[in-house]
Order: sequence, then structure tokens, then C-alpha cells
Amino acid sequence: MAVPEGLLYSKEHEWVKIDGDTATVGITDYAQNSLGDIVYVELPKIGAKIEQFGNVGVIESVKAVSDLFTPISGEVLEVNGALDNDPAAVNKDPYGAGWLLKVRVGSAGDTAKLLSAADYEKIATD
Amino acid sequence: MTEQQTLKRTPLHEEHVRLGARLVPYAGFEMPVQYAGILKEHDAVRRRAGLFDLSHMGQFYLHGDAVAPWADTLTINAVETMKPLQARYNIFCNERGGAHDDTIFYRLDGRWLLVVNGANADKMWAHLNAHLPPSGVKPESRHGSAALIAIQGPQSVGILQAHVPDLDLDSMKYYFCAEARVDGVPAIIARTGYTGEDGFELFVDGESAPQIWSDLLSMHESEGLEPCGLGARDVLRLEAGMPLYGHELTEEITPVQAGQTWALKLNKPSFIGKEALAAQLERDNFSRIAGIVMSGKAPAREGYRVFCEGRDAGEIRSGSLGPSVDNKNIATALLAKEAATEGTRLEVEIRGTKHEATVVPLPFYKRQR
Repeated sequence: MAVPEGLLYSKEHEWVKIDGDTATVGITDYAQNSLGDIVYVELPKIGAKIEQFGNVGVIESVKAVSDLFTPISGEVLEVNGALDNDPAAVNKDPYGAGWLLKVRVGSAGDTAKLLSAADYEKIATD
Repeated sequence: MTEQQTLKRTPLHEEHVRLGARLVPYAGFEMPVQYAGILKEHDAVRRRAGLFDLSHMGQFYLHGDAVAPWADTLTINAVETMKPLQARYNIFCNERGGAHDDTIFYRLDGRWLLVVNGANADKMWAHLNAHLPPSGVKPESRHGSAALIAIQGPQSVGILQAHVPDLDLDSMKYYFCAEARVDGVPAIIARTGYTGEDGFELFVDGESAPQIWSDLLSMHESEGLEPCGLGARDVLRLEAGMPLYGHELTEEITPVQAGQTWALKLNKPSFIGKEALAAQLERDNFSRIAGIVMSGKAPAREGYRVFCEGRDAGEIRSGSLGPSVDNKNIATALLAKEAATEGTRLEVEIRGTKHEATVVPLPFYKRQR
């Protein structure tokens, strides 16, 4: 199970990469593996204002529908449209081509409620 | 006591753990929902072969000279007309015509095997015993102790033949069976299945099952035989248009509504549910199970409402991506009669948004023979 350094993580198995005032969000390797083959991703509209840990979409595997929560608040700048035709990219490359949204960070304080790679790894291996 | 402790394990439990299966509670057992992944397993069955543990299903042996006439009073299809070693799909109904369970009867030498759904095994055991005649029928349950291994897919004959030297599998007819040895172990070998592919189901004792399972997998890995879980099985059966109890058939949804009228033998003198089913067929105004294909990429799921010309017309009963149906999202829906005709344009409400769908004939997928 991959848990890259340099990202922040939520207990709901999302990751966020902060780059200045922009954040990229996805789900972790543990999450994609738990879900199984992902067949559909529904993401928020560009411009939507999202709350930290709020429900912003769904990820569907062959068998199940799971809610997607955002680890960070802000305004949605971009969503990964390539997933419409290739949702399996979330399985294959959850930290790369399988990213989900880019967000203009709403509150710098959000990061205090997120986990480091080392702390997240403890949760995900329990 | 927690739920975990009350779950039963099949004779193949250790094999599933060793293979890294994801185990989930199903029909009172800890069952493998997937090994390598549902899509990969689905592909193995459609192109090569897959191996399934179906030991959660109820195996009831029926002994006595009155089994067939008695079973004919409890089921909609004919039992007494079955030929030796024939297998036949059959449905037990309640008085209202709703399905109590859908099953397969196997006519063996001097006894019968009745295979019932795992989730219905206790209910069906009680049902059979509540309806026993004074003499001539003795049921015996091997639910939970005996194993059932299915091998399904176009390569099934070739793979299994090496393990069954006394029987020419290629000449066994679809929905027939034989008593023979698999790797030296006495077994009932039936050319039946629930995937829409060629294949066999192997009924063996629980003690011998792990060796047969692991030998099949290790000896035929190079031919692409893969362990497959209940997740892949559900997608395979949905594509093949086969009903799943609890979805397309329930105590409320009758075999007539589920499109299983082909199995209804109204020329039998009497059986539970006959009057209700005959009347329903006669009126022909019932809601019915139809196949639908979604136009877009959002999957339809059980319970979603379906609309026809703006009016609520029914609900989704099963839904999945159909890898063998051009990767479209397929579903079954219980629909009002007027909404269920082929080609009807529908809308499925998904999280508050309506998504286009079309009624198509079942099955979604038919193998090349």
C-alpha cells in the first residue's frame, strides 16, 4: 500500500497536495483497493464552494456506491474530466492520473486537521 | 456475541484466506466477494474459466418413492417428467404466487438433489418439512457441511476433463448430471451454472473440497483459470438475464412477473400458487421485470426510481456495469406493463437527477454456441 510523503491525508482516505493556494485532491491507494474496480466518478461543478470533510461526489465500484468527501475547503477550480472515460485511472494511479479535483484553498487552517503520511499509514493498516 | 462470530465458514475458507480473497457476510457465511478484482474475474469466465465456491447454497437430498409427485405439488415446473440424471430449474411459490425460492432439482439414481439459495436454506428446510407427506419422502440436509465448486467458462470442459477420467464431459448435455469421481473423490458433476457460459458444478463432501479446489487452480493457472467471487458471479448472471432471489424474484414478485413463465406448468393438477399465477397471467396487467440499458455513464442501482413520460413507472431491482454489453450500464427494473415494452424510453432518477435509459430484451448477453 503506497502512502507517499509530502501529501496530507484524511481519516476518510483522501489525500491532498497543497501547492501555494491551490490543492489537488484524490483518494488513497488504500481507498481504491478497498473499493475495487472503479466504474464511475461523479465530481462537483467547477466554481462550487466546498466545506472541509463535506460530501462532494460519489465514487462507484462494480458493486458499491461510496460518498466522496473533500479533505479541504475552498472553491473547485478543476475536476479530472479524463475519469469520465477512464475511471479505472483512480485504481491504477490514485496519486497521479487518478486525481479528482483541484481546489482554491479556502482556509489555511484546514491542514491542521489532516494527517501526515506516517500517521495516516497507521490508520490505514489497522 | 458479534456478527463475526455467528458467521459460518465454508469447507474452502482456508483456501480463500490463502488466496487473499475479500470476505463478506453473505447468506450467513463468510464468502469471497472478490479475489483479484471483479472485472478481471468476469473476464476469466467469459474468455477462459473461473472457479467459484458456492458451498453456501443449500444442498438437500430427497429420498423416497414419493418425492416427484410430492415436489410437483410445491413447485411450478414439472418434477415427475424429469429424465434420469436430468437437472431442472424450478420455483417454489407461496399461495399468492410470490416466489418462496428458485431452485434446481437434480434427478439422481434412487434419490434427488435439491439446491436452494443459501439465504433461503433455513426457510426452505422448514417449508419442505412442513409439507411432508405421511410417508414416501425423507429429506436430508447437507447445508453447510457439503461443498459446491463451480467451474464456469468456455475452457471448462478441457480443464475439468483431466480430473474426471471416467466420464466424457464433452458429451454431457446441458442441464444433465452424472455421479463420477473428481480426482478420485465421489462427486455429482452437473452441467449447470449461473454465468451464461458453459460449465460444471461439482457437489463433493466438505473434507475433500479443498484439495480439489487447490489442485484445479494450481494445475490450470497457465490456462487462465482464476478463482472468482460472488461479485463477478452477480455481474455474469445479470448479463445472462438470470434472476437473483431477493432482486428479480421475491415473496412479492412472482415467476410470471420475473419473466419465468416458461417454467410454469399450469397443466399440473395442483400446486401452491397455481390459482394466483394463472389469474395473474390471465389478467396480464401486472408490473414486470424488464432489462434496461442506461444511455450515460452513471450506473443504475437497486431501489432507484424509474420514470416513463414523467410518471413513476417502477424501480431498479439489480444494476451493474456490463463488461460484455459494450461496457454499458445495465439493470433490471420492475416496471408497469406499459413501460416495460422493448424500446420504451425511460428515465432513472440517480441522486435527484434523471438519466436516460431504454428497455431492451433479456438476456443482455448470449454466448456463441
